[in-house]
Amino acid sequence: MAPQTTWQILVAAFPRLLSYGIRVTIPLAFLSFALGLVIAVIVAMIQYADVKGLRQLCRFYIWLIRGTPLLVQLYVVFYGLPSVGIMIDAFPAAVFVFAFNEGAYMAETMRGALESVSRGQMEAGYCVGLSYLQIMFHIVLPQAFRTAFPALSNSLISVVKGTSLAATITVMEMFRQAQVINGVYYRSLGLYAETAVIYLAFCTVITWLQHKGEKRLSAYGGNR
Amino acid sequence: MMLDIRNVHKSFDGKEILKGIDLQVNKGDVVAILGPSGSGKTTFLRCLNFLETADKGVMTFDGDEIDLAEASKTQIAAVRKKTAFVFQNYNLFLNKTVLQNVTLGLTLARKVPKDQARDIAVKALERVGMADRLDAYPGQLSGGQQQRVAIARGLAQSPEIIYFDEPTSALDPELIGEVLSVMRQLAEEGMTMLVVTHEMDFARNVSSKVLFMEGGYVIESGSSKEFFEHPKEARSREFIRTILEGRQ
Repeated sequence: MAPQTTWQILVAAFPRLLSYGIRVTIPLAFLSFALGLVIAVIVAMIQYADVKGLRQLCRFYIWLIRGTPLLVQLYVVFYGLPSVGIMIDAFPAAVFVFAFNEGAYMAETMRGALESVSRGQMEAGYCVGLSYLQIMFHIVLPQAFRTAFPALSNSLISVVKGTSLAATITVMEMFRQAQVINGVYYRSLGLYAETAVIYLAFCTVITWLQHKGEKRLSAYGGNR
Repeated sequence: MMLDIRNVHKSFDGKEILKGIDLQVNKGDVVAILGPSGSGKTTFLRCLNFLETADKGVMTFDGDEIDLAEASKTQIAAVRKKTAFVFQNYNLFLNKTVLQNVTLGLTLARKVPKDQARDIAVKALERVGMADRLDAYPGQLSGGQQQRVAIARGLAQSPEIIYFDEPTSALDPELIGEVLSVMRQLAEEGMTMLVVTHEMDFARNVSSKVLFMEGGYVIESGSSKEFFEHPKEARSREFIRTILEGRQ
């Protein structure tokens, strides 16, 4: 590859950047988001059910994560933990940090959504003989997800963009790749703007999916 | 006697709402629970199905004696299996269709096979005139339609007794009739019912018994004919008069 103009460099870089975006950024984001959502649902359900002891632990987790920067969390896990003998590879470390980070925010989203479901739904469930967990999984959680859907979509977008921070802990994702290419050709404005456009495209697709999803979820009307 | 309830007490935040309520119900009875708002009617009904836990009180249901304050999970489950509860705000499962609302308790709690549950549900919905809206969601129905589906959901459990907590109070006036006529039909078919209501015509013409409560006490109870034609207590007479005047 011996491109001359900036334009040629950008054109040549595009497939490489996109390829890292699709092969690394997207899987990293979706893995982190999925794991984060599981954490969020569990943490929200524990608080909703007011499980003694565990509830305080959940509040502590949310307080700790929301009160510290994501970048610092990445550094602590990847560069800090090895000094006490805990070595985690860069990619799993990134998934771990992103999941627990976004999980704390989504836990608050889910808690709010759970609390917005009318208590009468729970009572009606009991009256037809359902157990607490049956009511949660068949009635309350599905309704809460519907309420939380726009905010959860926000979280997914936030995770997609946040994965660029993984570049700082040596994960070879899209932004790190842009830095590497820039190291060779030194076209900072063009290359980083190009990378930004690809992130923008990813988030546009997610926004589009969000609208599709909201339409489907609105099938069962309002009446709250 | 099917249901014998003795000495139910309940307080909220130190304020005593129920101060010793007794009620006896025979099979086929339709009991109208009347009284001014704040008299504890709804709380009493909710205690019977353990939606509230009474502080004190004993319920004998089909010969089984249950301490309302300290019922075990098994006892609560057994009572709920024999009863249905119709709420003021319907409380249909908003994320489920009409059909699913009725079948959910059957398939999940009672392990009835799906196709059988569907048959039971359709029959129950036919009784309330809602079998043509199986796939509608609650949000697409009027209040009266939702309440009829809620009654069908209760009927599908083949309960021995149905509790109604002000079933028409949240409805627009023109929708009350359709719900009351379903309830009247159930009464005529011999269903045992406990109905907290402000519908005096229903209490007078459909119910067989009246429990008149005020301030957490039972003021008067007995046959509804007696209650409306020859009320014994001064408070009962006054209540009936205010209600009748209020309508004019």
